[in-house]
Amino acid sequence: MKLEEEVVRRQRERARITAWLLGAFVVLLFFITIAKTGINW
Amino acid sequence: MPAIELTNPAALPADWRDILALTKPRVMYLVVFTGLCGMLVAPTMPPVVLGFTAILCIALGAGACGALNQWYEADIDAKMRRTAKRPLPAGRMDRQSALHFGVGLGIFSVLLMGLATNWLAAALLAASILFYVIIYTVWLKPRTAQNIVIGGAAGAFPPLIGWVAATGHMNALPLLLFAIIFLWTPPHFWALSLFVRSDYAAAGIPMLPVVAGIPNTRRQIFIYSLPMAAAAVAPWLLGLTGRIYGGCAAVLSFVFLVLAGRVLANRATDPAEMAPEKKLFAYSVFYLFALFAVLVADRWLTA
Repeated sequence: MKLEEEVVRRQRERARITAWLLGAFVVLLFFITIAKTGINW
Repeated sequence: MPAIELTNPAALPADWRDILALTKPRVMYLVVFTGLCGMLVAPTMPPVVLGFTAILCIALGAGACGALNQWYEADIDAKMRRTAKRPLPAGRMDRQSALHFGVGLGIFSVLLMGLATNWLAAALLAASILFYVIIYTVWLKPRTAQNIVIGGAAGAFPPLIGWVAATGHMNALPLLLFAIIFLWTPPHFWALSLFVRSDYAAAGIPMLPVVAGIPNTRRQIFIYSLPMAAAAVAPWLLGLTGRIYGGCAAVLSFVFLVLAGRVLANRATDPAEMAPEKKLFAYSVFYLFALFAVLVADRWLTA
């Protein structure tokens, strides 16, 4: 495997994981806000 | 996947597995578990999402400690068999990335803890990260054989943080939990350092067996096990927990003392003949898990 291909593969993999983590963080922040404001569903 | 030959692997963006390895996930289990137990024995329970976030922050803080520890000790890690394959000494990652990751993760964990629970818990988390990195890793570890004794405080913070995250204040019980882990750390680490002594000696780290010798370390293990056992049963004697915890803590601590006694009686200097030390090390991990699990069981069964 060429070096450039490996660089691109790793960058893509990291970008995908970062996107998932950011998404999870947004969801967590939403639920934290709900819990802190004491809203009952 | 075919292997690629690289003359300078650090020139590549780090693989996510190496970034994860920086956080020392295997060490994190105990930290997360004791933090969770600290929260579960508190008299008030936070909403589930806030409790989950608090534990997540403790885990992220521990990850930051691991990353900053590996950033600072990359040269030492390269000299020890046990640590030579870590991402930095193996050259799979550059040091600056590890530093940025560790600092970023630490700040993020403290801010999230403050926003989700309370700022006293966030301050304790910040203190534990700074204590581990600055007081233990940078200052004590390369200088004194007492590194583990004082540095053990860093690992003792999680139950305190868990409790404060749930209640917003401190109490005698979480301080005793802090004391138990603080006093447990020296016998736990010294048992390990006895049979990996040559690694520490090669890296120039003044662990007790390297500086004070094997017989003295065995004596110290036994001596430190005594106040640890006393601290373990203290919550029951002070009426802070029930009989379930008291009985189990007494039995678990008695077994710990017996194993520490066997270490004291051992005369071997060859790591291959250090079965009592290996047994004590393995038991010490089980001991802490079991003690905290029983503490939670006692709180929920007698509530």
